[in-house]
Amino acid sequence: MLHIINKSPLTNSALDSCLRVAQSGEILLIEDAVYAATSGNAFEGKIREAMGRFRIYVLQPDLDARGLADRIIEGVLPVDYGGFVELTTTNKTCQSWL
Amino acid sequence: MPSIEVDGKTYETDEEGYLTNLADWNKEIANYIAQTENINMTEQHWEVINFLREYFEEYQIAPAVRVLTKAIGKKLGPEKGNSEYLYSLFPYGPGKQACKIGGLPKPTGCV
Amino acid sequence: MSNIKKFMFVNRKAPHGTIYALEALEVVLITAAFDQDVSLVFLDDGVYQLKKGQQTKGIETKNFSSAYRALEGYDIEKLYVEKESLEARGLGEEDLLVDVTVLGRAEMGELMDQQDVVLSF
Repeated sequence: MLHIINKSPLTNSALDSCLRVAQSGEILLIEDAVYAATSGNAFEGKIREAMGRFRIYVLQPDLDARGLADRIIEGVLPVDYGGFVELTTTNKTCQSWL
Repeated sequence: MPSIEVDGKTYETDEEGYLTNLADWNKEIANYIAQTENINMTEQHWEVINFLREYFEEYQIAPAVRVLTKAIGKKLGPEKGNSEYLYSLFPYGPGKQACKIGGLPKPTGCV
Repeated sequence: MSNIKKFMFVNRKAPHGTIYALEALEVVLITAAFDQDVSLVFLDDGVYQLKKGQQTKGIETKNFSSAYRALEGYDIEKLYVEKESLEARGLGEEDLLVDVTVLGRAEMGELMDQQDVVLSF
């Protein structure tokens, strides 16, 4: 299953909720959720922990827009828009944590 | 959408005549818009247009008139960095008219 | 000149994901015309607005981050960033695209208390 997050982890509980409820699968961080994929962010520990249970992707254009392409946490996988679409088709279901 | 026609080509504008796509701009379009504003483009006019376009390139906004005046004074000297001079070139407002001719959006805060 | 008021704009949202940051910036640029004592504060995810190196081509939106560098020309020179917000995001002053004053949260609170008008974004 694919989980999509679009809110910053430090001002919204969407990613926390996702990590609390979901047990495994794939997580795609888009829009303001890409901050969660950057090293030095206070959420980094939780992301590293989640990498044991999930494959975590981040949308590269959103990372570029925020000037953080060089801060991506090792092990988080960058995807472009094509990769985004692919993730939605290879997973049977998809939950957007709006 | 309103549009203008220059050299047989059509360009989209907003309802006030500002180019919709900044990338469309060229000198022929500038001369055409100037004509519709009753402005005869001289070297002094181009100096201001070029300055505005450089400013926009750098900051991604069109400056307010006050800011433009000050910045022109800094770059081109006090005899040009005053509103009397700039209004003599662009009687209906240096921000408004020069931005339109230069293919830039209307300055923020300009009514 | 006694009618000059202290205006503070409080920016707490990340750029691009929502419209708040851009709207705040537009209001600030307009306010500059009224010759007031303007301060900009960046708190929480708002500090991300000032991150260097933003490239918005890929998401096809306006890269308004360059406009923060124009603020000086608008005589808006009081930019404050909260230290704790920067640290929680792994950022330092060197990551920001303009010169700012970094304040701890207590100093930031005091500065807020001194304002005549506070506008929140």
